[in-house]
Amino acid sequence: MSPVAVVPAIRCTGLVKRYRDVTAVAGLDLEVRAGECFGLLGPNGAGKTTTVEMLEGLAAPDDGDIEILGMRWPEHEHALRERLGVALQETRLADRLTVTEVLRLFRSFYPRGHTVEEVLAVVALEEKRDAWVEKLSGGQRQRLALACALVGTPDVLFLDEPTTGLDPQSRRQVWEIVARFTRGGGTVVLTTHYMEEAERLCDRVAVMDHGRILALGSPRELIASLGADEVVEFALAGGAPAPVEAELVALAGVRAVRRDGPRYRMTVDEVHRAVPGLLALLQRRGVEMTELVTHHATLEDLFLSLTGRHLRDA
Amino acid sequence: MGEYLRPLMELTLARLREQLRQPEVLFWVFAFPLLLAVALGVAFRNRPPSPIRIAVAAEPGSRAAADSVGALLAGTPRLAVAVLPASQAAERLRQGSVALVVVPGNPVVYRWDSTRADSRTARLVTDDALQSALGRKSVRAVADRTVMARGSRYIDFLIPGLLGMDLMGTGMWGLGYAVVDARKRRLMKRLLASPMRRSQYLLSFVLARLALLGPEVMVLIGFAMLAFGVPMRGSLAGFAVVAVIGALCFAGLGLLTASRARTVEMVSGLMNLVMMPMWVLSGVFFSSANFPAAMQPFIKALPLTALNDALRGIMLDGASLAALAGPVAICVAWGVVSLAVALKIFRWV
Ligand SMILES: Nc1ncnc2c1ncn2[C@@H]1O[C@H](COP(=O)(O)OP(=O)(O)O)[C@@H](O)[C@H]1O
Ligand SMILES: [Mg+2]
Repeated sequence: MSPVAVVPAIRCTGLVKRYRDVTAVAGLDLEVRAGECFGLLGPNGAGKTTTVEMLEGLAAPDDGDIEILGMRWPEHEHALRERLGVALQETRLADRLTVTEVLRLFRSFYPRGHTVEEVLAVVALEEKRDAWVEKLSGGQRQRLALACALVGTPDVLFLDEPTTGLDPQSRRQVWEIVARFTRGGGTVVLTTHYMEEAERLCDRVAVMDHGRILALGSPRELIASLGADEVVEFALAGGAPAPVEAELVALAGVRAVRRDGPRYRMTVDEVHRAVPGLLALLQRRGVEMTELVTHHATLEDLFLSLTGRHLRDA
Repeated sequence: MGEYLRPLMELTLARLREQLRQPEVLFWVFAFPLLLAVALGVAFRNRPPSPIRIAVAAEPGSRAAADSVGALLAGTPRLAVAVLPASQAAERLRQGSVALVVVPGNPVVYRWDSTRADSRTARLVTDDALQSALGRKSVRAVADRTVMARGSRYIDFLIPGLLGMDLMGTGMWGLGYAVVDARKRRLMKRLLASPMRRSQYLLSFVLARLALLGPEVMVLIGFAMLAFGVPMRGSLAGFAVVAVIGALCFAGLGLLTASRARTVEMVSGLMNLVMMPMWVLSGVFFSSANFPAAMQPFIKALPLTALNDALRGIMLDGASLAALAGPVAICVAWGVVSLAVALKIFRWV
């Protein structure tokens, strides 16, 4: 490996941002490698937007140090802005400008970059080139925002919740565009509260909550850190005395158990041994099961095991 | 240089396109001042003086005397004479539908209400007509000229004021609303995340404002000159300079009111607070000379007063720019100071 390759695209240490009575970001250290897709995964209010806006030079940190592509805010502001692409969370770029007009405007800010035609093709909006922005669907608007971020051929792309509120098909289109950018050697920092998005797109993920990083690694490593591959969720009918957590953990193949009223969630190594054991135990007790689901462990399960809360409704 | 100008041009174009594609903007900028000019022009058009109504009272049994007085007065310009039974004439006077009642006899009695202006006029006109009809001669020949000259009618006073008010409204609303809207929907932040320069952003608003100024002024002034014959006595170049300075002055004020506000409600409130006193005080619809002398220095220092004075000076009095240095300097000062403060306190993100 050449020494150049290990110079990080982004490095920040001890990043802090406070608003009146909340500490939005509470001492964050991050390194994003050149050419990787890095995800900040966390529920609403975790501090993701605050973090990326500090990295983008749009908010000043109260404390800490940021270095991007070997440069710093605010000394190298103009040079940095020419090399970064940004899509903010929830921006209405225009109402009554056409797609082409918006792209021509953004293209005019950069000394080099794609032509409007090229970038229209990248985000597959050729057919909408003359439509007013207010007439676009949510997915089309998001692709236009991506096009504006890409038109200056950036080295680093920041995407804040690029697929929030989009339907599954639009979401996959956005993923495709981002994946193509990283395949071309670009560096991406994206925030999301969708664990599928982080698992699909990101080389590495930082799981965030309350302005801190709880876990950091590739999606595979993070899930493996749960020590189990599968999750078994079930619910019991009332009446007979329900089993306690200790009894369930004692079953063969079960790693951990979490109970929330009548609902249980077990992380397990081997579903084929854990489930028969569970059924046998319930039968002996005469307890009836009302629901049973098993699935591969995900980042959602990791978040749950770290915080006791779900990503979506935290 | 081109590197700086291209984004500036694109930003200006984007701003103009967004404005021109909104029917409500077109209405407020172009149609509303015209409608106001037409409405006020019609309401206050100069009419020929209306006749004064008087009655001749016919006491029971002396109808003939009343008729002869009526005949003497009939045909007097500006008098409409009716011969009525005495009781009816008295009632009409009470109701105000006649200004004076003539009671024939010796002496002839004029019955009228000295607090009514039309009665006082009727007294003079009637007596003059009656005495002349009975043979009194004028000692010296006189002639009447009622004033309807271009340049001194209400509409002539009104149009420059409307233009000033329009320049204020468009400048403040055009900039203030757009800035706050861009801030609220995070477009401003998104633009700042690109290599765009802040000065390009702000200048684009000013350029877009100036681009609309030409058509806006020409529509109103062109209409007023054609439809009402409002004069343009000074030089067109001087007029253009004053209009541009006025527009820039209020663009600066608009930027200042929008420099911190995060919501449209907030900026609308601030703008109304700034504009309301000027609508009343700055001589748009009636002369600001109507306000007490103690208020005059304050009123004169308001930017809209200065702009209206300058516009009237050029259009109605044919004044040169040099002669209008005072009001023009006031506009420039307001513009420069607001812009400087706005830049200092502007909320970019
Ligand atoms: N401008 C602000 N003023 C006050 N509090 C803020 C502001 N922006 C964010 N916060 C608070 O900081 C925390 C983190 O917010 P944010 O970074 O937007 O989280 P996320 O993007 O992960 O949803 C939240 O508690 C939020 O309420
Ligand atoms: Mg956010």
